[in-house]
Amino acid sequence: MEVAFSVFGIDRTYTEFRLYYAFSANLYGEVYSMLENYLPVLLFILVGLLVGIGPVLAGFILGPHKPYKEKQSPYECGFEAFEDARMKFDVRYYLVAILFILFDLEIAFLFPWAVVFKELGLYGFVVMSIFLAILVVGFIYEWRKGALEWE
Amino acid sequence: MKISMPFKPIGIIAGLLFFLLAGVILVLWQLPIITIPLLVITVAGLLLGVAYLTYAERKIIGYIQVRIGPNRVGPRGWLQPIADAVKLMFKEIIFPSTANRFLFVAAPALTMAPALAAWAVIPFDDKWVFADINAGLLYILAMTSMGVYGVILAGWASNSKYAFLGAMRSAAQIVAYEIAMGFALVGVLMAAGSLNLSDIVNAQRGDYGFLNWYWLPLLPLFLIYFISGLAETNRAPFDVAEGESEIVAGFHVEYSGMLFAVFFLAEYLNMILIAALTALLFLGGWLSPFQGTMLETAFAWVPGIAWFLMKTSIFLFLFLWLRATFPRYRYDQIMRLGWKVFIPLTIVWILVLGILILVELPPWFSTAGV
Repeated sequence: MEVAFSVFGIDRTYTEFRLYYAFSANLYGEVYSMLENYLPVLLFILVGLLVGIGPVLAGFILGPHKPYKEKQSPYECGFEAFEDARMKFDVRYYLVAILFILFDLEIAFLFPWAVVFKELGLYGFVVMSIFLAILVVGFIYEWRKGALEWE
Repeated sequence: MKISMPFKPIGIIAGLLFFLLAGVILVLWQLPIITIPLLVITVAGLLLGVAYLTYAERKIIGYIQVRIGPNRVGPRGWLQPIADAVKLMFKEIIFPSTANRFLFVAAPALTMAPALAAWAVIPFDDKWVFADINAGLLYILAMTSMGVYGVILAGWASNSKYAFLGAMRSAAQIVAYEIAMGFALVGVLMAAGSLNLSDIVNAQRGDYGFLNWYWLPLLPLFLIYFISGLAETNRAPFDVAEGESEIVAGFHVEYSGMLFAVFFLAEYLNMILIAALTALLFLGGWLSPFQGTMLETAFAWVPGIAWFLMKTSIFLFLFLWLRATFPRYRYDQIMRLGWKVFIPLTIVWILVLGILILVELPPWFSTAGV
């Protein structure tokens, strides 16, 4: 074996070096063109933030500032605020949040499957049907347990 | 016992500003010169569209209720939205004394940014799109999901009971309907086989005009998507988050002046976004409804963007019409509709759709013609 150079103490041939180089150059090109495609996205996010912040700044500059205690108290239909607003709330909101995470993960899992569905054909359909059936069993269970009831 | 946590946002603000600046320089360096004016025109057009959507809403609901609606500022009240904007700009921005100031200011911007950012991947016409990326629909899903953060933060930061209740309700509702929406999107993806929005529109091209679009084979998903869109944007009849008669204005009760206006802008921008997405995913976007029929040449002079805007306007009108017609749902009814009707229905239709695609049902799913 003719050794061209060594990387981190491992000997590499010249052919290997060329392969690495071609691969990384190609990867660089792909990454670069991807970044180029995504630049307008970044620009739009920046403009969105500016549109969110700009008018508020204008409002700060143009509007009056005459705060007093009553004006700054939390609105409670004219009453003095009774206690801190960070109170206990219904546990069902947590339950909904947990169920949401489960189902949202399902959707994230279904997305790539749906894109290549036509290529997968019957096999993909059967496999995903089994998966959805398991999901539906869980869904029926939480339904019967009353996790979806509100009053 | 009360634990107080010192919150010093200076470091965060400085870091954000640095990345903002770096991002701007990077972007401006790389983009073709034409992109910037186009972007300014698009954003200005969108904001103008929002302004006149509020005007259209007041006029249309006025006429539905046998009133005239705003007609004092300018001819027929055309300058009303401008007057509203100027008025809000000169109003005081009030901070509740118990509020968390930083989050209180950040919340409107956090609602606004994703509502506008989602437009980066919307194709207005063939090849007329800012970022023609392969993950278009995924990006849209990510951006529309971000909106709920603004609502929750606003309700929490206000430190007011009504705001907090409104935020909790709104979050649970948005979250429930997002699942139905996601499943509806999965159906579209199965039919089109791509996440790119231009590809999805082109997949609806065919010889039978508007019958080729996905609204027909995906009819339940189409209806569910649009109704979930209503619920996502907290529009009537799903507007319990604002519920004037019970929690006065919900999550933005403590907001005033321009801070409130930004929330308002974002809500209407999200409405336009949902309408545009429904038009793209189910009504063939910029495609002519007479594609492939005898009338195709007769209507060939209409530009694609005109079809797209027309379809979007239909859905926007529906938003307003529904608000004028339906009374507000009760909260348990909303949750029942979301969890017990829409989610089972979408799962069933995904399976039905799978079979339809596997048997290559013409004209939508036949591979022979393509």
